[in-house]
Amino acid sequence: MLRWLSPALAAATLCLVALAALAPAILAPQDPLAIAPAAAFQPPSLAHPFGTDESGRDLLARVVHGTAASVGIGVAATAIGVVIGGALGFVAALGPRFVDRALARLFEVLFALPTLVVALLFVAVWGGGAWSATLAIGLATIPGYARMIRARVRGIAASGYVEWARLDGAPRLTLFARHIAPNSLWPLVSAATLGVGQSIVWVAALGFLGLGTEPPAPEWGAMLDAGRVYLGHAWWMTVFPGLAIVATATALTVAGRRLAAGGAE
Amino acid sequence: MARLSRVAVAVLKKLGAAALVVWITATVVFLALRASGDPLEAILGGPGSQAGPETAAQATAAYGLDQPVFVQYLQQLWRIATLQFGDSYARKQPVSELLAANVPPTLALATLAFALAWALALAGTLLAANARGRAGAVARALLTAVETVASVVPQFFLGAVLILVFATGLRWFPATGAAAGGLPALVLPVITLAVPVAGYLAHVLHGPLTEADRSPFATTARARGANESRVLARHTLRHAALPAIALSGWAYGSLLSGAVVVEVLFARQGLGRLLLEAATVRDVPVVIGAVVVVALLYVLVMIVSEIVETLVDPRGGRAAAARAGGVGGDRSGGPSRSGGSGRSGGGGAPGSSATRTTAGSEMIA
Repeated sequence: MLRWLSPALAAATLCLVALAALAPAILAPQDPLAIAPAAAFQPPSLAHPFGTDESGRDLLARVVHGTAASVGIGVAATAIGVVIGGALGFVAALGPRFVDRALARLFEVLFALPTLVVALLFVAVWGGGAWSATLAIGLATIPGYARMIRARVRGIAASGYVEWARLDGAPRLTLFARHIAPNSLWPLVSAATLGVGQSIVWVAALGFLGLGTEPPAPEWGAMLDAGRVYLGHAWWMTVFPGLAIVATATALTVAGRRLAAGGAE
Repeated sequence: MARLSRVAVAVLKKLGAAALVVWITATVVFLALRASGDPLEAILGGPGSQAGPETAAQATAAYGLDQPVFVQYLQQLWRIATLQFGDSYARKQPVSELLAANVPPTLALATLAFALAWALALAGTLLAANARGRAGAVARALLTAVETVASVVPQFFLGAVLILVFATGLRWFPATGAAAGGLPALVLPVITLAVPVAGYLAHVLHGPLTEADRSPFATTARARGANESRVLARHTLRHAALPAIALSGWAYGSLLSGAVVVEVLFARQGLGRLLLEAATVRDVPVVIGAVVVVALLYVLVMIVSEIVETLVDPRGGRAAAARAGGVGGDRSGGPSRSGGSGRSGGGGAPGSSATRTTAGSEMIA
């Protein structure tokens, strides 16, 4: 039963997340920025299913409207990491030997620095904000994708069928376009799916540290940061944005692992 | 003996790589922070400081900022080589003193969390592996669900929930009060830090263990009359643990990432918070000092995990040492193992390369 339950749950969650990101007004008609001081710190009720925050803003509306920012930054950051990392991985695996050596060393160096440390340094240099957070997380994830693709492409390039095609006189471009690229892109797809989930968590971490989007705009990490101050008497301010992050990241992880399993068979 | 000397060569190579890591890191941090802002501002108390020109001139001379940038860069490198790191711009304190005060708490936190993560991952995996029949299937499905959620749960959320339940609710453990010392204040931060890593390690242990359990060597061991716990202890677990051990360097690094968040959430003193605070005010010497310590810790954990990998590897010294030393630098991170198991002369378990690709493909955090 669990075999189909978890992918089904993941798919349903992802549909809901996509809807919240693209058309938030359908799920939460209230204004996420409308302040109502009289209604501050209301616990979850029928009128406010997720409660209200310190300014009386509806938290359901803020969580739903925050989807676009959190998921958008996560997707954009992953795109940066996958495109640049993938390209570097291909260059390292197929290019001249000295390029491979230099890049391998570089990846290794970058790997010694944890993601959040790289992102912190980037934010320190360029200042906070949504764009900065996107770039910071994107850059920090490059070495992981690059290493993965490099190893994958090297394995494929050394495999029997590529050697066969080479002996058959296929030009390098054909080898690359018909054999190497398609076979190495599949793991990149699953890695990117997993990566979006991870990036959403990292972006929220930057938001939590006060280095993400600017305050009034709803974003899950920033909402958690705001909720931290009132953790003692307004638990809903922390729990609901946090659950949104966990649900989205879990669904993406389940989907990514499914894709990875499909590719390995 | 030969096994040990191969390990020694691998360790020396790693130390050389460590020097390279530190040098490149220091250079990038120095250039980036200097190119994007005036260090004098940080020394004089941030933007909008009221310091007069004499104070500015004094500070410029005191911190050697009147030297050409290249000379300052060389001075910075020299300070790193002698582990002095200079004085903090913002706190007017030697960086080495700040590090001495902030590194031990983080090291204790991360190491305890690392041990707990391994214990949780092993316990969960073994429980699921030992349960047979219908209960076993349910246990395994449950473990998969728990490890998936655990591996993505953000520490800032998990920590907040733990505070809500165990500190404000049940009042079992204090949420803060690390300054007063004592183990109770460590409990919640350590759990917070350990759970995501435990989830990840369990995921990496789970797949290879299932695979090793079905492999010819496990069947052979059973045919020779070994009971289940002996098969597990002597054969399958040792095999299945290798990818997870190889990922330990990454895992420790992610614990240091997590330490930034956990130290902010639990109001603890430590390396993560020091780095965060220094980065936001562009305190170049402190940032460089903290980053160098982080990079060195990663390399240290990598060296230890490589030695442990060699000792645990049931294929004996030769294949393991060839993997540790022979391929050298490009393997150290552990994650991308699919290319490597091919080169190790077919030493891998049947199908292990596919598992490792799956595991490796997630190593992007």
